[in-house]
Amino acid sequence: MPKTDSLQGSLDLLVLKILSRRPRLHGYAIMAAIAGTSGDVLRAEEGSLYPALYRMEEAGWIRAEWVKKETGRRARVYELTVAGRKQLGAEESRWQSVSLAINRVLREA
Amino acid sequence: MSLWSRISNAVHGERLNSEIDEELQAHVEEAIASGLDPREARRAFGSTLRAREASHSIRAAGWLESLLADANFGWRQLCRNKVASFAAVLSLALGIGSCVAAFRLIDALLWRPLPISNANNLYVLSRKMIGLYGKPIEDGYWATPDFKLMRDAVKDQADLIAISDADRTDISWSTSDDVERAHVVYVSGNMFPLFGLEPALGRLLYPADDRGSGTGPYAVLSWDYWNHRFGRDPHVLGRPLHIGDQTFEIIGVGPRGFLGTEKGTVTDIFLPLSVNSMVTEDKADWHRIYVMLKPGVNPGTGLEPIRQHLSAVNHAFGVECTTCYRGETKASIDRFLNQTLIFNPAGAGISDLQKEYRRFLAVLGLMVVLVLLIACANVANMMTAQAAARSQEMALRISIGAGRRRLVQLILTQSALLALLASVVGACFAAWSAPFVLSLVNPPDNPARLDLPADWRVLLFGLGLMILVVLLLGLLPALRASAVRPVAALKGGEDPHSPRRLMRGAIALQVAFCFLVLFLSSLFVTSFQRLQNRPLGFSTDRLLLLETSAGKGQLPVVWNQTAEALRAAPGVDSVAIAGWPILGRIRINSDISINGAPPSATPAFFLNVSPGWLSTMKIPLVSGRDFRREETSPGAAIVNETFAKTFFPGQDAIGRTFERGVNQPLNKIVGVTPDLPDHDLREPNGPVFYVPFSEIDDKSAPTPAGFATFIIHTESRNPLALADSLRQLIAQRHNGLRVSNVTTQLDLVRDQTVRERLIATLAAFFAVVALLLAGVGLYAVLNYSVLQRRREIGIRMAIGSSRAGIVRIVTLDVFLMIALGGCVGAALGLGAARYVASLFYQVKATDVDIIALPACALLITALVATLPAVLRALRTDPREILRAE
Repeated sequence: MPKTDSLQGSLDLLVLKILSRRPRLHGYAIMAAIAGTSGDVLRAEEGSLYPALYRMEEAGWIRAEWVKKETGRRARVYELTVAGRKQLGAEESRWQSVSLAINRVLREA
Repeated sequence: MSLWSRISNAVHGERLNSEIDEELQAHVEEAIASGLDPREARRAFGSTLRAREASHSIRAAGWLESLLADANFGWRQLCRNKVASFAAVLSLALGIGSCVAAFRLIDALLWRPLPISNANNLYVLSRKMIGLYGKPIEDGYWATPDFKLMRDAVKDQADLIAISDADRTDISWSTSDDVERAHVVYVSGNMFPLFGLEPALGRLLYPADDRGSGTGPYAVLSWDYWNHRFGRDPHVLGRPLHIGDQTFEIIGVGPRGFLGTEKGTVTDIFLPLSVNSMVTEDKADWHRIYVMLKPGVNPGTGLEPIRQHLSAVNHAFGVECTTCYRGETKASIDRFLNQTLIFNPAGAGISDLQKEYRRFLAVLGLMVVLVLLIACANVANMMTAQAAARSQEMALRISIGAGRRRLVQLILTQSALLALLASVVGACFAAWSAPFVLSLVNPPDNPARLDLPADWRVLLFGLGLMILVVLLLGLLPALRASAVRPVAALKGGEDPHSPRRLMRGAIALQVAFCFLVLFLSSLFVTSFQRLQNRPLGFSTDRLLLLETSAGKGQLPVVWNQTAEALRAAPGVDSVAIAGWPILGRIRINSDISINGAPPSATPAFFLNVSPGWLSTMKIPLVSGRDFRREETSPGAAIVNETFAKTFFPGQDAIGRTFERGVNQPLNKIVGVTPDLPDHDLREPNGPVFYVPFSEIDDKSAPTPAGFATFIIHTESRNPLALADSLRQLIAQRHNGLRVSNVTTQLDLVRDQTVRERLIATLAAFFAVVALLLAGVGLYAVLNYSVLQRRREIGIRMAIGSSRAGIVRIVTLDVFLMIALGGCVGAALGLGAARYVASLFYQVKATDVDIIALPACALLITALVATLPAVLRALRTDPREILRAE
C-alpha cells in the first residue's frame, strides 16, 4: 500500500489536528501519532515532516519551544497558536468538502 | 515572529544549523528508543545534509543570508587594500558631506517653507517700474496708507499683511541699563492669526492691538529671544521695553520655531505696525506686503483679478499723493506711476540674504556635486581595476553556477559598504560644516542665523545621495564583471583593453569636472583679491568707532562737548564725529538741485561730519579747505571729485552752490576730496558730499541729533583696547548719550568682503580637493594600465622600441583624454561663469590668466601623477617578462 502519496496536501491538516488534541509534542511523537491513530495506514516521512513543521512555525500556526527531558536531552516541542486553530478549522472544512465531492463522484459516476 | 525570526536566523546561521541538527538527532534517538533499528532510523532521514538545507532555507531569510555573505566578503576585500579603501571612503565622505551640508544651507535659506499654516498660499507683493532716477527697478517696499487702501480693496479674496524687515534697533530693558541691540520687526495685527501661530506664553498681537489708540502699546518676543535673553523666564510678561522714547509692555512670546519671515535673520521683538511713526507718511515705503489668499480662492485663477484690483488702487494712491514727488517733472512722475505689480511665492520667506546668496549657493552646490562626481569616478575606477583583477574569480563563479544577479549584488554590496561608511563620516562632516559655513556668511557682530534642523528632508536627501553614489560606483563595474565570458576569462584574458577604455572615459570626465571647479575658483579668488586690494583713499589704521545714540536727540553742542572729553582721555590721538561710519550699513541719498532747477537724474549721497573728520580719516583735500567750527548745515559743503565733475563739469567747484532739493537752502562748496568707496567696495564711486555735523533748522536754531558715531584715532595699535574706558567715559557724563555699538574701521572694511572671502575660501578649498582627487585618480589609472600592459611593453622593448616610444604609448591616450576633458571643462566653465558674472568684481571669464591658471595647475598635476607610472614602464625588464611567459 502506498503510504506517502495518501498524505499529499493533507500533512498540515493532520499535524494541526494532532497538536490540537495533544499539545506539546515533539517531531517524533507527531510522526508516531499520525501512524498510530491512522492504524499505520498514513505515514509522514521525516524528510517532509520537519520542513512542514518549520513552514507552519514561520506562518505562525504553531509555536516551538525547547524543553529538557528526563534523559537530559533537549527536545523541541510544538503547540498550536490561535492562528493555527483558525487554520485548522479552515483546513478541516476544506477537507470535508473535497472528500464529500470525491465520494459523490465515486457514487454517481 | 515570522520575518523577524527569519532575519535573526539569517544573522545567526550557524546557531540555526546546530539547532536543526539537534532536533533531527533527537528524532533519531527517539526512534531508536522506541525499538527501531538504528541504521533503519538513520536511513529514514535520507541525507542529513539535505534535510538540514531544506529546513534551513525555510527558517532563514535567504536573501539576507546571501547579502550578509556578500557584505562579509566585501568587507574583507576592503580590508585587503586598506590604504586604497581608506582613501576611497575619505574622498567619498568629503563629497557626500559637502553635498549634504550645501543642501542643508540651500534648503534652509531658499526652499524650506515657513512654519506657518497655509505657507503655500502666501505671496509677497512687489512692483516693477522706472524709478525717479530713470532706471528700471523692482521695489518690494510700500507705504502704510497705500497698504491700508489695498487691504480694504481686496478683503473678500485675500488678506494683506504688512511686515517690516528686521532692523537692528537700540533697545533697553530699563531706563538705567546699557543699551543693547535686538532685531525689531513691525507687523500688522493680522499676521499672527493669519499665520495660525499660537503663543508659547501670554498672548500674541491681534488686529485690535494695531489700531494705534487706547491700550498698549504692546510687544511680543520671539521664542528664540525669550530663550537666550531671558532663559525662558515666565515673569517677562508685563516688563517694560524702551525703544527710543517709546515704552512697550511685553504681552507674550511667539511659538517655538517661528523665527520671522526674513530668512537668515532671527526676529527678536514683534511690534504692531501702528506704533511706528512712518505709518502715516504717504511717501515712506518701509515695509513689505504679504498676500494670503482666502481659503477657496484658486491661486491659478484668483491671483490675476486681485493683482489688477490692487494695481488700480495703488495707481490711484500714487496719483493722489501730493507730497511724494516734490519738484519732479510731470513726465518722470507719470513714468514712475506706470507700475506693474507682481506676486512672488513667499512660502519660504523673503529676505535680502536669499537674493544675495542665491547664485552663490548655486555655485557652491555645483562645486560640491562636481567634487563628489570626481570622487565617485576615482572610486569607480578603483573598483573597475579590482573587478578586472578578479575576472578569473568571476568566471569561476559563473562556471559553477552563480547567477549573474548574484554577481551584480556582490559588487553592489561592496560599493554600498563603501558608500555607507562614507555617509557616516560625511554626515559628521555635514553636521559640523553647515553651521560653520553659515557662521561665516555675515559679519561676526551680526551673524546670519537659520534654522538648520537635521530632519526627514535632510535624511531623505542623504539617503537619495547615498543610493546615487552606490549606483555610480558599482553599476558599471558590476555589469562589466557579470558580463564576463567564462571561457575567455579562464583561458587567460579576453580583451585586455576593455576595462581601460572605461577608465579612460572616467579620466576625461574627471578632468572636465576638475577644470570646471578650478576655473570657477580661480575666478572667485582673483575677484576677491582685486576687491580686497581696491585702494580705499582713507586709512583704516587705529580707528575706533563708537556708534552712539541719544534717545530723543541731543543738540550738537552736547555731542561736541563729549567729543572734547574723549579727546582729553589718555591714549586718544584725535576725535571726530560723523553721522555714521563710511562703509557701514547706512547710506542716505539726497536730491541735488543746481540754481533751482529740478532735481538731477543722479542722486548724491551725503554724510555729516565734524571739522577734523578728514584729517582723522587721513583723507586728503584736492582743493579748498576743511570745515570750520562755526560752520553749519545747510551752509557749507565739501564734495568729492565725481560730484564736482557731475554737477560742475569743466569748472572749479570751489565757491559754487547747490540745493538739496528744490527750494531748499543753499550749500556753498568749500573743499573737494578725492573719490573713495563710501558704502560698497564693489560699486564704482558716485557723487558724494559732506556737510557739517552741526545742523540748523530754517529759523537758524540748532537741531538735535538722535545718533552719530565718534571716530577715534588711538595711539595704541589695537584701538579696541580703549573701547571700554571710553564707553564708560561717555556714560558717566549722563547727558543722554549712550554707546550702542563698538567697532573699528578696519572691521567695517573687512565686513565688506565677507561674501567674496567666503566664496573664495570655499572655492579654493574645493579646487585643491578636486585637483588632489583627479591627480590620485590619474596616477591609479595609469599605474594600472602599465601593469596590465607589461607583456606588451616588454615585447616592444625586446624588438627595439625606443624609450620615447614607450613613454608615448603609455601616456599618449591619457594626455589626449586630459586635453579632451580640459576643453569640455573650459566650455562648461565659460557657460557657468556667465550665470554668476554678477558675483565677480572686475574679473572677466575670458581673461587669459583666468583660463591659464587652472590649465597650468591641471597640467602640472597630470605630469606629477603620470611620472611614477612612466618610470615603472621604462624600468620594465623585457627578459624578465618574456621568461615569465
